[in-house]
Amino acid sequence: MTTGAVIAGIGQTEFSKASGRSELQLAAEAGLAAIEDAGMTPADIDGMVTFTLDSNDELLLMRCLGIPELRYWSRTPHGGAGAHTTVQHASLAVRGGAAKAVLVYRAFNERSGRRFGQPNQRVTPPGWNAYLPFGLDTPAKTYSLEFQRYMHRYGVTNEDFGRYAVVARRNAATNPRAWFHGQPITIDDHQDSRWVVEPVLRKLDCCQESDGGVAMVVTTAERAGDLPNPPAHIAAIADGHLVNGSVMFNYYHDDLAVFPEAEFLGRQLYAAAGIGPTDIDAAMLYENFSPIVFMQLEALGFCGPGEARDFIVDGHIDLEGSLPVNTHGGLLGEAYIHGLNNILEGVRQIRGTAANQLPNVHHVLVAGGRSGMILER
Amino acid sequence: MAGGRTRLEAAAALMPQVIPPVPDRTDEFFWNGIAEQRLLVQQCASCGLLRMPPVPMCGSCHATAWNPREVSGSGTIYTWILSHHPSEPDAHPRIVVLVQLAEGPRIVSNLVDVDPADVRNELAVTVCFRQIDGVLLPLFQLAEEQR
Repeated sequence: MTTGAVIAGIGQTEFSKASGRSELQLAAEAGLAAIEDAGMTPADIDGMVTFTLDSNDELLLMRCLGIPELRYWSRTPHGGAGAHTTVQHASLAVRGGAAKAVLVYRAFNERSGRRFGQPNQRVTPPGWNAYLPFGLDTPAKTYSLEFQRYMHRYGVTNEDFGRYAVVARRNAATNPRAWFHGQPITIDDHQDSRWVVEPVLRKLDCCQESDGGVAMVVTTAERAGDLPNPPAHIAAIADGHLVNGSVMFNYYHDDLAVFPEAEFLGRQLYAAAGIGPTDIDAAMLYENFSPIVFMQLEALGFCGPGEARDFIVDGHIDLEGSLPVNTHGGLLGEAYIHGLNNILEGVRQIRGTAANQLPNVHHVLVAGGRSGMILER
Repeated sequence: MAGGRTRLEAAAALMPQVIPPVPDRTDEFFWNGIAEQRLLVQQCASCGLLRMPPVPMCGSCHATAWNPREVSGSGTIYTWILSHHPSEPDAHPRIVVLVQLAEGPRIVSNLVDVDPADVRNELAVTVCFRQIDGVLLPLFQLAEEQR
């Protein structure tokens, strides 16, 4: 069962720490690459979706790409939490007839420009008064309050989290697109890296700060029929938000050792696709920080509560395992393009063109906790 | 000093840096309470539900009328971290706690007057009020029986 929408083209710039060009140029380069990969021309694109946080104006990007007419545009809130929502908007637009082919993009100089990992200097969004005065001024800190409860509940240690980081960096090491290509780490390297948030995160648990651009073309399965590259069918796509939830400060559900938004997301995805966790051949899981992989593995039903540590130690998420995870190296190993690069890896695994290509891939789950999709060959 | 930090900058990095709150209509009651050294939470005037962080309508009964309610300031450590500066290893770390208040709501604060090695989940804590960097903040100490 599929939604009828597909990802027909993917494109990106190189991933770096200093792109040396404007964010608009990165968006234009990635966008053009995605359109060409789809076997289309800019005139075929009539919709655009990006993040509310993206600095690139749609009309300026139209001028760069020479897109003559745009019939639909939309933006999604909350950064990486809405990374997959961009594709949801695009797929709804093409299925509903608002557009024929939608360009999804995200481009930024997040290392050489404004760094997400550095402390906020002032209270800006409403409601942050409850946090910033007490020093919760980076994503590493805000998320770690939840992660520590998970550690407390299940007796998980920072070294356990390091087992994921080793896998991510091993996958990145053999992915030429990855910033950490050729640079695997050992668990000792992980344990020797400095604390960022004690006792939860060391430096090697944290995603990168990256410069780069990523783009996709979303259209209908019908339209994709005569395009050169095999489409990645969107079997299911959904968001998962719950009352009393928060993206940055998710401290108010009864039990913080679980990830109820991701559970809700998983239930919707499996029901819509008509399959279950054991039918998934690979998973690309958004990881701003390594513990979120543990919580998503459990919430999405790949293992039971508290079992992610053993699931990882037993090799299930390795390339040869039962559920390879972040085969490109993830946001720790490849780059942090706000999670959109994870979707590209899902498409490559479906097409059979990934650097660390898996055999017989039919279904890939791509999720960022509270938004995600199942891609189907 | 080209390329390096001045001694003043290094000293500043060692200071606790408090980002002052910018209260708005929704949470100014909380900070007004702090100015009087009272810990206030929002209570629905209609159904009595306590809600923190504050919002302008009760999601249960939809009343917009509410009252500030003073809480005991007693609670337990639900979760905690030792927060380091992401790129300045010398900067002074802070213990950030999510306190489960005895009355039910949770609030974020800092734990003071304790060795970080002694912090544990579920320890009993009580509120105290301290001026830091010119900002009066509600902080927490271990409850007397735990000290």
